[in-house]
This record gives sequence, structure tokens and C-alpha cells, in this order.
Amino acid sequence: MDAPKPSARAAVRADVRNLATPLVRFDNEPYYQTIGDELTVFEAAARSCLPVMLKGPTGCGKTRFVEHMAWRLKRPLVTVACHDDLTTADLVGRYLIVGDETVWMDGPLTAAVRAGAICYLDEIVEARKDTTVVIHPLTDSRRALPVEKHGEYIEAPPDFMLVISYNPGYQSVLKEMKPSTRQRFVALDFDYPEAEIEARIVTHEGGVDIDTAKKLVKLGQLTRKLKGAGLDEGAGTRLLVHAAQLIANGMDAATACTAAIARPLADETDTRDALDDLIRAVF
Amino acid sequence: MSERKLFAHELEARLDELLLLSLRQRSAEEPAALLEVLPRQMQERVLHWTGVAAQTSGDLGWLIASLAAEQAASLGPHVDDWARAGFDAHDRSGLAAARTAMNEFAAAHLGSASRLPDSVSFDAIEGRLSRFLHALEGRPLRLVSGPTAWTDSETLWLPERLDMATDVVGNRLIYKAMAALLWAQTRYGTFNIDPEPELELWPERGQALAWFALFEAMRLEACIGVELPGLAVEIAGLRGPWPADLAAAATNLARPAATVADSLACMAELRRVGAGETPNFPHIGALDPVAARRVRAARIVRETAVLRRALKVLRGTGPNGADANKPEYPPLAAESEPQAVDPQSELLSLPPPAQAAARSLMQDLGEIPPEALHPAGPGAWQAVDGVEPPKDASCTVQPDAFYDEWDYRRAAWRRDWCHLYEMKAPVGDAEWVDEVRTRHAHLIRSIRRRFEALRGEDKPQRRQFDGEEIDLDAQVEARADRLSGAEPSPRLFIHRRRVERSLAVMFMVDMSGSTKGWVNDAERESLVLLCEAIEALGDRYAIYGFSGWTRTHCDIYPVKRFTDRYDVATRSRIAGIEARDYTRMGVAVRHLSSLLMRQNPRHKLLVTLSDGRPDDFSDEYRSRYGIEDTRHALLEAREKGIRSYCVTIDRHGADYLPQLYGPAHYSVIDDAKKLPRKIAEIYRKLTA
Repeated sequence: MDAPKPSARAAVRADVRNLATPLVRFDNEPYYQTIGDELTVFEAAARSCLPVMLKGPTGCGKTRFVEHMAWRLKRPLVTVACHDDLTTADLVGRYLIVGDETVWMDGPLTAAVRAGAICYLDEIVEARKDTTVVIHPLTDSRRALPVEKHGEYIEAPPDFMLVISYNPGYQSVLKEMKPSTRQRFVALDFDYPEAEIEARIVTHEGGVDIDTAKKLVKLGQLTRKLKGAGLDEGAGTRLLVHAAQLIANGMDAATACTAAIARPLADETDTRDALDDLIRAVF
Repeated sequence: MSERKLFAHELEARLDELLLLSLRQRSAEEPAALLEVLPRQMQERVLHWTGVAAQTSGDLGWLIASLAAEQAASLGPHVDDWARAGFDAHDRSGLAAARTAMNEFAAAHLGSASRLPDSVSFDAIEGRLSRFLHALEGRPLRLVSGPTAWTDSETLWLPERLDMATDVVGNRLIYKAMAALLWAQTRYGTFNIDPEPELELWPERGQALAWFALFEAMRLEACIGVELPGLAVEIAGLRGPWPADLAAAATNLARPAATVADSLACMAELRRVGAGETPNFPHIGALDPVAARRVRAARIVRETAVLRRALKVLRGTGPNGADANKPEYPPLAAESEPQAVDPQSELLSLPPPAQAAARSLMQDLGEIPPEALHPAGPGAWQAVDGVEPPKDASCTVQPDAFYDEWDYRRAAWRRDWCHLYEMKAPVGDAEWVDEVRTRHAHLIRSIRRRFEALRGEDKPQRRQFDGEEIDLDAQVEARADRLSGAEPSPRLFIHRRRVERSLAVMFMVDMSGSTKGWVNDAERESLVLLCEAIEALGDRYAIYGFSGWTRTHCDIYPVKRFTDRYDVATRSRIAGIEARDYTRMGVAVRHLSSLLMRQNPRHKLLVTLSDGRPDDFSDEYRSRYGIEDTRHALLEAREKGIRSYCVTIDRHGADYLPQLYGPAHYSVIDDAKKLPRKIAEIYRKLTA
């Protein structure tokens, strides 16, 4: 039988191109409320071509911060959500078979290096240990990515920047970052913002009035005190915003908080009931 | 099992076997005769609990058997709770307490048979309420049950059972309102003024206190309303409107500026016009200002001292401003911080225990007393005072190993200080393990399922839709298929799953005297479940018990060595784990981590199962010395690449565990009975 017709082959190629890593560019400013000197530090790190590590509990604004910085620095952003099956090939790239040929396909990291983008590896500790090693040459003075399978050695342009995030609250002993990885980064500590700032964020993002936002923040703070006493982690700003959005859509405040805050946080009966009590106490 | 009732002589024989009565020259004839009339199922329950009790102590077993003979018939299905109540009391305060508790339980049960089924017990609501209170602001409060609802400003007492409302929801609400009001007493300064001058003017103290509690409830409800409006609405709904003649007082006390002085002023007013009977509200507890103020005064002294010591270190050290102002561990706070001018900003740079003390002082006094801001005399920062170490007699048998111990005051080692003996682990009844496995069969099945999913595959998987590498064989076949006109397979890739679990785990089990009873049972059951889980995973693991009696008798009991299999011998050793003496933890950590270091796997984990802080007999070890030594031992282990984790049943664990294990490396289980259910999940999270 004959090989596929040239037109069919072109269609497949077009298909494969769809698989290429998307470079996200932000035209509008992603909302971010500055808390400390994180903007200055990040910009300085970007100027000095240093990689950055964001540490902090879940839902406190790490991802949003990176998006905001990508907009501010006018660089494209590539985000990779790391998971425990993430392989080196998933990051760097692999050969695909198209018709009779093999086609090289850049992974997100390679694509970001080539384009001079910000590459954001979210929850890096989730990735397999051997995977994290491929970022090493990018994070020291070499600033280059060796792509062995493709026989390439890509030097990163000055605009390329590597950002990783990491939640130090994790308990798993297998998921701690090795010092050899940690010590390559400029680190920024993130925490839940102060009550007033957080209320402003919830108002802006959730579309509720400032009073409701303050109550939500109060509730968030109460749940954070339960960390280690029934909860692995208290409610992050993201959960508060979710609740606010439900309320803004006309849902009753207590129901919205139960659905968006209490239920996602806890399965255990006692803790769940205590959270319900807290919701009723605040509203 | 046959359904035939057991005859008296059979019961007598079974009891004799369980309790070894013939050796004690007691006869089970009398209880056996009484038990004979019970249905077979009930007879078996009684024998079961007698056997369980006999594992703790023969006397407790005899008590259960003899009391059950009289009470089991009326208890019906509640006989299990009845026995547990007895065990709990026995663990707390011994045999006499167990007898009282079981008698009370039986009496209460008889009483409640005619009572509404809608009452709520303290046990049922404790978990929920304690979490609720934990989340609220202010100093941490302990929650215990007692005859009346009141607080001494550090502990909340709530009634054993409430049946004032007609339904369960209503009774729960009363519990919550009671607890909230008591919390508010500690939070909004009920005890900040001495009420005695006013109380003394009343002819009857009980009546005066009742009015004081009522006026305070009015004031505190308004205070709650500011921070937690929903809760205040619920309380208001519960109590209904205030009596008409008190409405003015209620409005007055609801002013945001009202303090406890205003409540006392209301009392003086009322005394002048003549007070009648105090209106009764279900949610208002009792007040004992004398006890509360005593506790408060002791606390203020204690916390002032803590604060002064901390400030002393803060101001006395560090010529230039180093950056260690947020230390992970309090003792390291001794590192430098420049002279601060503003006391508020200075407070922020204190170690966490001193900050907590400062916040608590603010709560008690409304401000930090000036004398607390004067640094204390010489001495290193420590939250607790140390004690001088006594000397110990040496022993005669040659120990298996000697270990150094860390003395934080000297900042030096005590060489060969601890004498370690590797003992033969006691052997218990392997059938007990089988019984646990049968009882938890369902749980074990689900644990195994979940754990098997964790087990890694090492092989490259060929012919996958997606993968890192191209499967050349598949590609050649597909090409041949296509050329021959057949449909080629799209599975052309190799996917490599390398979920490597190179892990060795050492379980260090607390065999101290305090684990006697439920905690020991919970530990053993947890170990059985853990073994089942880890067998499914294939991790290398070992179990060692530790106990001891001063530094010259530190004992280690190998229950399962790394080389041992999980067989009958191991099982009977797990069943044989028993409560012994004290918890000298540092030496155990050192010995077990040295054993762990001989293992090959890349990740090494040391998990401690315990019920309290490090402790030893008549020794400084239970003070900060023990905590520091243990912390040092854990740091040594960490330097060797061993991760440590602690699972504890000590409710106060959160006070010292972060210092020992680091902020995210411990779990506190509030109830021993929950341990077996939670332990496997903890292990899974830990190693996933």
C-alpha cells in the first residue's frame, strides 16, 4: 500500500502542532495585591537572571503572582503542574511518530527556554526526583538546557526565567527538596495576607461587599488555627474567593461557605461539624 | 459457636482460666451462678471483657466478672460501653474508680431507660466543641466534663450530659452556647477585677454569684456579637428575651465599652432595690471567681517570668543585628537581635512560647505589665526552669551498648551516660493478633487495596499510547501491518513507571508505664494494621519497643527486626508489647537510628508511637533536659539522613513536638481509640 497522500500528511502535521506547548501572554493585568517586597525581589532576580522559588501554603496567591509578574515583565509564561508521573521527557520533549517519520516535539521547558519565557513549575516536589535534576544546568551559571535525545544544547536567552513553587507544609518524607536543588534559587516566602488586605482581595476577586469579605476572612483565620488540630491546612484565600463568588451569585452565605470552605477542608465528622459551627458563628 | 447457654460450671471454668482464680484462692462460683441465666451472646460478651480486663490486671478482670454478674442483665447491648467506662476510669485512677464508674454507668443507664432519647452526652460533642474552641481566638483551653459548667480560665468544665432541650439539636446548641460563654469569660476579662468587695455585701453568696453570672452573660453575649455575630444570634434565640425588669441592665451591659465593672455596678444597683430569685437560663454556667483568679494570678507570675527571661536574652546578646529573629526552635532565639526601642516590635521578635505568654498577659491584663518588660537576671533563655541532675547507682550486668547524652545546660555530652540493654521482647498471645485482624477485617481489606495501588512498578511498559520512548518493535510491526494493508496499532511507545519505594522504616514504640491500658491496646492494634499495610507495600520495616528506668537501665525490645518476617513469632511479640517503666527517648532514638543506618534503602524513616513527652524516673529528664536531649538525638539522626516522624496520643503534644520533630513532622491523635484507624492513613501520607 502507498504511503499517505501529502495532503493527509500535512493534516497530521498540523494536528501535531496543536500539541506544542502554548506560550501564554497576558494582555490585561492579572489582579495581584502586593503584600511585601516580593515584586522588587522578583524583578531584581529577573534582571540578574536568577531562578526563583516561591514557598507557601496552598491558595495564598503563588500562581497568581507569577502570572502578574509575567504581565509586568512582558514575557510569555509556561506553566507546568508537576505530578508524580512527570518524566524528564514530559518536560524536555520527545519524538512523536507522524506517518512514517519521527518528529521532535519540544516539551514545555524546552519551549520556554527557546522563547525566553518564564517557566513556572508548580508544586515541584510532586515531580519525580530524576526529573528535578534536569533543571539544574538551567539554574546555575551555565543557564543551558542539554537535550540529549535531540542532540541539542540550548543556551537560555536572558529573558528566560525559571520559577518553582513548593509547599513546605507537606508531610511526606519522600517529598522534600534536596539541598542541591534548593540552593539554586532565590526564595520568596508567601503566607496568607493580613486581614485587611485579604478582605480587599476577596472583594475584588469574589465580587462581594467589604462586610461579607471581612466575615469570610475572619472565618478563614479561624480555620487556619485548626491546622494540626483536625485540619492539614486552613482555608486559603482561594477558598474564600470561591465562597465569595457563590455568594455574589446569590447563594446564601452560610450555604456557600459550607459548600466552598467546610466541605473541601474536612471529611471527619467532628471537624466538619466544628467548621459548620464556625460558619454559623461568623455569619 | 453453639447457641446453647453455658452452664454455671462451664462459666466457672472459663472464668477460672481467664483470671487464674485457683491460684488466687478465689472462686468464680458465685458470679458464674448469676451469669448462667443470661443469654449465650451476653455470656460471651462478659467473658470477652473479662479477658480483655485480665490482660491489664487480674483484679480488674475479677471486678468486671463480678459486677457483670449483677448488672449485665439490665445493661443489655450497652455492656460494651459499660466495660469501656470501667477501663477508662481504671486507667485514670485505679481499681476503686473503675468500680465507681461502672456502678454509676449502670445506675445512669437504668435512669436513662425512662429518659428522653434526645439527650446529648459530653463524649459525643467533645471532639466538635474542642475544635470549635481551638479555632476561636485567645489562649488555648482544655475541655473536660464535670458536674457543672464553669471555667477557671484555663480549663472548661461542661456537664456530662444535657437533656434540657427536647431534641438533640437543641441540646447540642446549649452545649455550644455554654462553652462559648465560658470562652468569652476568659477572653473578655470576667476575672480581671476582684468581685469580692461586692459579693461580700450580699447575704447569700450563691445568689450573688448567680446574679453575677447572669449580668456577665448579658455583657459577654454582646462581646461575642461583635466578633461572631451568628453565634450571638443563636445564643439570643436559645435564651429568649431577657426578663422585662432586667432589659435596662441588658442594654447597658451591651454597650461596646462595658466591662466587668459595669456588671458589678448592676449588681450593686440590684442589691439596693432588693434582688429576687435569679431567672434561670439553661446556657449560663456557674462562676467561681476565687478559683479562677487564683489560676489567673499563678499564670501571670509564670508568664511574666517567661517573658522577662526571653527579653533578657534578647537584649543581652548580639552586638550587631543578625537576622535570626524568627527561629524555628525557641532555644535558638538566644541568637542575636539588636537593641529594640519599641517594646511592641521587640515582642514580635521573641520565641513562640514567649510570644504566647505575652499574648496571654495582654488577655489577662489588657497590657503587658511594665515589670514583665524588664529582663530577668542571669541565665540562658528557657521557658521552664531546669533541675539539678541526681547521681544514680550503677548496675551489675554489662550493658549491650553505651550512649552519650546531650546536656543542653553544659552544651556538651555526658559521655557513656546511658546504659542500653537489648532485651528479649516479651511474648504474648498470637491469637490476639488474629482476633484484631478479624475485628478489623474490613479496614484491613481497604487499607491493603489502597496500599497496593501505591506499590511501584519497575518495568518499562511496552506498546503504550503515550510514553517517553518509541517502542521500535511496535513501530516495525506497525509499518509492516500498514504495508500489508492491515490496520496498524497506534500503541507505539514505551512508558517507564519508576515509582521507586526504596524505604526502610523503624517504628519506635513507647512502652512506658503511662501507656498501660487503652493506649497500649491502641498501640498494639495499630502495629497489627501497620504490618498488614506495609506487607502489602513491600517496604522494609522493623518494630522496637523502648522503656527504661534511669540512665543505667535503658531497655530496647526487638519486636520485629528488619530481617524478621511477619510470622506467628512476630505476631505474638506484637501481642506481648506491654506497659513498663519510663520514656528516656534520646538513647532509644540513638540506638534505633544506628540500627536503621545499617539498612540499604535510600530513604530511612523513624516513626515514634508515643503517649507523651520524654520522661524518666526521679530525674531531670522530664524537664527541658529530656526535650533537648531528644531533640539533639533527632537532629543527629537527621544529619545521617534519617527522617523522623512522631504519632502521639498526648493532647498537649503540640506544645513540644514542633520543637522535637519540626513543624510538619508529627500528628496528635486526641483519642487512643482512634489511633488504629488513623495510623495507616498517616503512614500512607508520609510515604506517598
